[in-house]
Amino acid sequence: MEWLSKFPNLSDDTLRVVKQTIDESFRAFTRAYGEGIEAFFNPLKQFLIASEQVMISTPWPLVLLAVGLIAWFASRNWKIVAGTIATLLIIGLFDMWDDTMRTISMIFVCTLLSILIGVPIGIAMSRSNRLQSIINPVLDVMQTMPSFVYLIPVVMLLGIGKVPGLIAVVIYALPPMIRLTNLGIRLVDHEVIEAADAFGSSPWQRLKNVQIPLALPTIMAGINQTIMMALSMVVIASMIGVAGLGQPVLRAINNQYFALGVFNGLAIVGIAIIFDRVSQAFGRRLQKHREVVHG
Amino acid sequence: MADAPAIEIRSLYKIFGPHAHQHVAAVKDGMSKTELNHQTGHVLGLKDINIAMPGGSIQVIMGLSGSGKSTLIRHINRLIDPTAGEVLVGGVDVVKMGSDELREFRRHQTAMVFQKFALLPHRTVLDNTVYGLEIQGLPRATQVAAAMRWIERVGLKGFEGKYPNQLSGGMQQRVGLARALTNDAPILLMDEAFSALDPLIRMDMQSVLLDLQKEIRKTIVFITHDLDEALRLGDRIAILRDGEVIQQGTGQQIVLNPADDYIAKFVREVNRGRVVEVVSVMTPGGEAPKGAITLAPLDTLEQAARRLSESTVKTARVAGADGATLGTVKLEAIVAAMVKPVD
Ligand SMILES: Nc1ncnc2c1ncn2[C@@H]1O[C@H](COP(=O)(O)OP(=O)(O)OP(=O)(O)O)[C@@H](O)[C@H]1O
Ligand SMILES: [Mg+2]
Repeated sequence: MEWLSKFPNLSDDTLRVVKQTIDESFRAFTRAYGEGIEAFFNPLKQFLIASEQVMISTPWPLVLLAVGLIAWFASRNWKIVAGTIATLLIIGLFDMWDDTMRTISMIFVCTLLSILIGVPIGIAMSRSNRLQSIINPVLDVMQTMPSFVYLIPVVMLLGIGKVPGLIAVVIYALPPMIRLTNLGIRLVDHEVIEAADAFGSSPWQRLKNVQIPLALPTIMAGINQTIMMALSMVVIASMIGVAGLGQPVLRAINNQYFALGVFNGLAIVGIAIIFDRVSQAFGRRLQKHREVVHG
Repeated sequence: MADAPAIEIRSLYKIFGPHAHQHVAAVKDGMSKTELNHQTGHVLGLKDINIAMPGGSIQVIMGLSGSGKSTLIRHINRLIDPTAGEVLVGGVDVVKMGSDELREFRRHQTAMVFQKFALLPHRTVLDNTVYGLEIQGLPRATQVAAAMRWIERVGLKGFEGKYPNQLSGGMQQRVGLARALTNDAPILLMDEAFSALDPLIRMDMQSVLLDLQKEIRKTIVFITHDLDEALRLGDRIAILRDGEVIQQGTGQQIVLNPADDYIAKFVREVNRGRVVEVVSVMTPGGEAPKGAITLAPLDTLEQAARRLSESTVKTARVAGADGATLGTVKLEAIVAAMVKPVD
């Protein structure tokens, strides 16, 4: 009756062979294609470096001005602009300016990449129920798989550095972008789509004139979620060499520097709030004329 | 412009549901809407529709809520694909068109006004109105010129910069009307296009349509719940019930000879004096008394009654355009035909 008290698992030998085979073949894959893949991601790396350089080398008053202007044009709300500037001033005062700039640059590139990848996938998904039923479980895995697990193959392939960090962050932050684009387009009023069709819109015209504009508030909510999730990955990304606010936090954990950890942690919270308020205010402004009233 | 194309709908069936094609045969063999729904869960939308609409005329479609009017009109520009049957527009079967051909057909041959307006909420009145011309790729100046003409004609001048949610329901409906008219297509599909308008604007919009029809003859399919509107606008009227045409013909034919109780109820409240013509109540042949006035056969009873009551002789001669006497008609006969039949 031993099989009742102990689960009848595969024998240790079999399991070892299975794991070894997988590892071996992945290593072989890495040896064969690692350089090619690295070359493929090189433009991305250059872009990351350039964007970081711009953020750090620009004089801080200019950065403040630019961020303030962006916040103003997105939200048209003085309180949000004032809060944004104040947060950045405090961050600078506590000597976290450069790390903050690095983190903002990383989040910016990551969000851009998520939009570029996520919106087209979301659109494709909204057009086909079959595709939706294939992609949805993949997105579930991307969101629930502990991020450390997919750090392993990424690091094996690309080593430690900015690009693997970025890829890990994008994998984690991409799903809401795809899901909300898909949802936004599916929720567009059927009658309005019919009207666009009745006047002879091509599929592209329908997408550009009707579906995307009407889905935009939902897509904006997706961008907001993506930014928040990317920020939550800052510390984990720093473990594989992404510079920014995550690294001091990591150092604080390793050396039990409580104050250092709290300061940098609060800085992350600060920029998260800025991104959130500004992008939400922008989303609300987009929404203004979009509700259909009177039937 | 060349004559607007005729529309001919032949043996059209529409069943809503995942396996619609499997059930056409049963429906053709006489299965009813309720039976189909009970046994298969499919909804019978339209059943054996045959309507011929001559080019350049106004075809009205009437029927109670849920009788399939919107479903039928959507088949003409194929927003809905039929389960069986043909929709011939100018002799070409819309059902067999490929996607490019269909797009060209929709751009240049048809324009539609929607029951629920279906405006683009993120576009202003002007940008909604130009939509049809915009996707055809016409220059912006041309688009705006055409759109402004119609915005003005439907009484929305000054509102062109507003968004749909800043307008009342009736105003939104007129934007939908302007959008369709700006497209200047030979076929106009109007699904309860005037239902949200107040009576005065409604009369005005009916006149717009009739004026337009005098200038450039379009083939217009017009859905309405209002029989007076149907009789004023329609050259021909078709009445639907549960997805079937139960009577079609001119307004006069339907008012005078309702096919069944359902239609009789429908037409009871109508103002007959404005619909029925002298020719259908006169006594053929015979001689009119001395001093009798002369009526044309297509005068309405209302016109005839007014002129006869002003005349001293209460019997009139009915004469054709060539002056030949067709018959006589008495005032009592006219009045009797004008009042509605008792229950
Ligand atoms: N997509 C659909 N799926 C299932 N049933 C449908 C669908 N569209 C319409 N129907 C059914 O077809 C019938 C006719 O609907 P339709 O919208 O054509 O009515 P209508 O005559 O325009 O009514 P109203 O005057 O209220 O606008 C209804 O029974 C409706 O439930
Ligand atoms: Mg309807």
